[in-house]
Amino acid sequence: MSIIEVNHLTKYYGKARGIVDVSFSEEEGEIFGFIGPNGAGKSTTIRLLLSLIHPTSGSATVFGKDVVAHGPEIRRDIGYLPSEVFYYEGMKVIDLLKYSASFYDRDCTQRLHELSETMELELHRRISDLSYGNKKKVGIVQGLLHSPKLLFLDEPTAGLDPLMQRKFFNLIRAENARGVTVFFSSHILGEVQRLCTRVGIIREGRIVEISNIRTLQQNNYKKVSVTAEGLNQAAFDLPGVTKLQAENGTLHFFFKGDINAVLQKISGMRVTDVSIEEPTLEEIFMHYYE
Amino acid sequence: MSATIYRHEFQARLRSMLIWSLSAAALVLFFFSIFPAFADQAALMNQMLARFPQELRAAFSLDTVDLASVLGYYSFLFLFVQLCLAIQAGNYGFGLVSVEESELTADFLLSKPVSRTQILTSKLLAALTSLTITNLVVWVSSFAAISLFRGGRKYEARTLLLLLLSIAIFQLFFLSVGLVISLLVKRVRSVTPYGLGLGFGAYVLSAFSGVLGEVKLELLTPFKHLDAAYIVQHGRYDTPLVLLNVAVTLVSLAVSYWLYLRRDIPAVS
Repeated sequence: MSIIEVNHLTKYYGKARGIVDVSFSEEEGEIFGFIGPNGAGKSTTIRLLLSLIHPTSGSATVFGKDVVAHGPEIRRDIGYLPSEVFYYEGMKVIDLLKYSASFYDRDCTQRLHELSETMELELHRRISDLSYGNKKKVGIVQGLLHSPKLLFLDEPTAGLDPLMQRKFFNLIRAENARGVTVFFSSHILGEVQRLCTRVGIIREGRIVEISNIRTLQQNNYKKVSVTAEGLNQAAFDLPGVTKLQAENGTLHFFFKGDINAVLQKISGMRVTDVSIEEPTLEEIFMHYYE
Repeated sequence: MSATIYRHEFQARLRSMLIWSLSAAALVLFFFSIFPAFADQAALMNQMLARFPQELRAAFSLDTVDLASVLGYYSFLFLFVQLCLAIQAGNYGFGLVSVEESELTADFLLSKPVSRTQILTSKLLAALTSLTITNLVVWVSSFAAISLFRGGRKYEARTLLLLLLSIAIFQLFFLSVGLVISLLVKRVRSVTPYGLGLGFGAYVLSAFSGVLGEVKLELLTPFKHLDAAYIVQHGRYDTPLVLLNVAVTLVSLAVSYWLYLRRDIPAVS
């Protein structure tokens, strides 16, 4: 059964575009990556699924139930970590978490303490005294403490230091291993690649591609730079090479295909420097423009 | 109705409610403590008042009340109590859902397994509880002030009850009108200016209505719907105006529910 099913979902804020004709589905137990630049409609999609906002047209179901008609029921099993976390400033962390837990008809106390320990959260500080990263940790604990079956993570790693990011990813993987379905929105391709099985790419409110992370990577362009003496631009005139440019004795190009073909060419040269990089997200998006 | 939200909302307003209640009590007690002086020199007072311009006396309803009588004097100070209660109730109304949105906690609350009807109902009941406590404090302080300082002068207890009973209707009006306005405007950035504006606006309208005489401004403002001077003078409510007041409250509440259930919660950025 599909956990999330989105059908031709469209949202306009007055005349401003939110998302247009978005359709996709997510299966149980998946970690679905939702990538796109700022303002592409990632948050709009999540907010529609949580019925924080109402669709202009189209529909969506979560757990097989319509999100507009069955919001409260659906949200019983949803955990949500917004991109920017804001909580009642005057409250203490522990009081906020208890307030959050009191909405669910199960005992969350043990889980609350486990999670806070993992995330190294100080429970007796005031929310207003917390740094951005610490608020984010509160958000993580708050989103997970009722053991939801579906997690919405909206750019969750912003503000977390690398160590915490790793802990957070481990936490998400552990949740996923227990069968939790994860909807992971991000504009950082790297973290999506590390975590997700399938990705959807959204641009200017429209889905431009949905594919397995493997296929995306295989189909992906590599960004290659080669610096060598007596470089000949013609030497890299291979199938799969695009945007070949020479600059101060360095060749830059994008390559798509079996990377061995390029490596063979390079191994025949006396190079001073070589780099083969993942393209940045922008560069991938450039690809989807063309 | 969600007990969790109700409790949280009530606690969030606890301090404000205590401050308003104590201020209202202090106002009643202090104001009424100088009643004996007024009453003793009633003749002198009336002479002095007669020298004030007619319009000024009308603005404070001084043309129809007798400051030397217990309820006449009480109705004069009741106007200021009403003003406080209007601002308090207006504030609560304006802030009821807009505070969550301006402080960006709406996402937290609305992603919980509760319906919007439950949220709004719980919030309304919590605010109403706070207002009712303030209301009771006004009752108690009024009885206390009158029994302490009336100095054996007689008054109509039934009329006093009518005045005090009008408070709840009055509070509900500002609570629900504040709420509906906050849902009609795109975003309320700060609650206080709106609350003050609504409270003082309604008061000034009523004062002008007195000054200008025949203008039908009293149709608009609860200070006329539940005019203390009128109630004391006639010993009853001005029923059509009270019904109008209640109708506005009910329509505001209905529209508020309708709007809130359909509202798009604004995103953070």
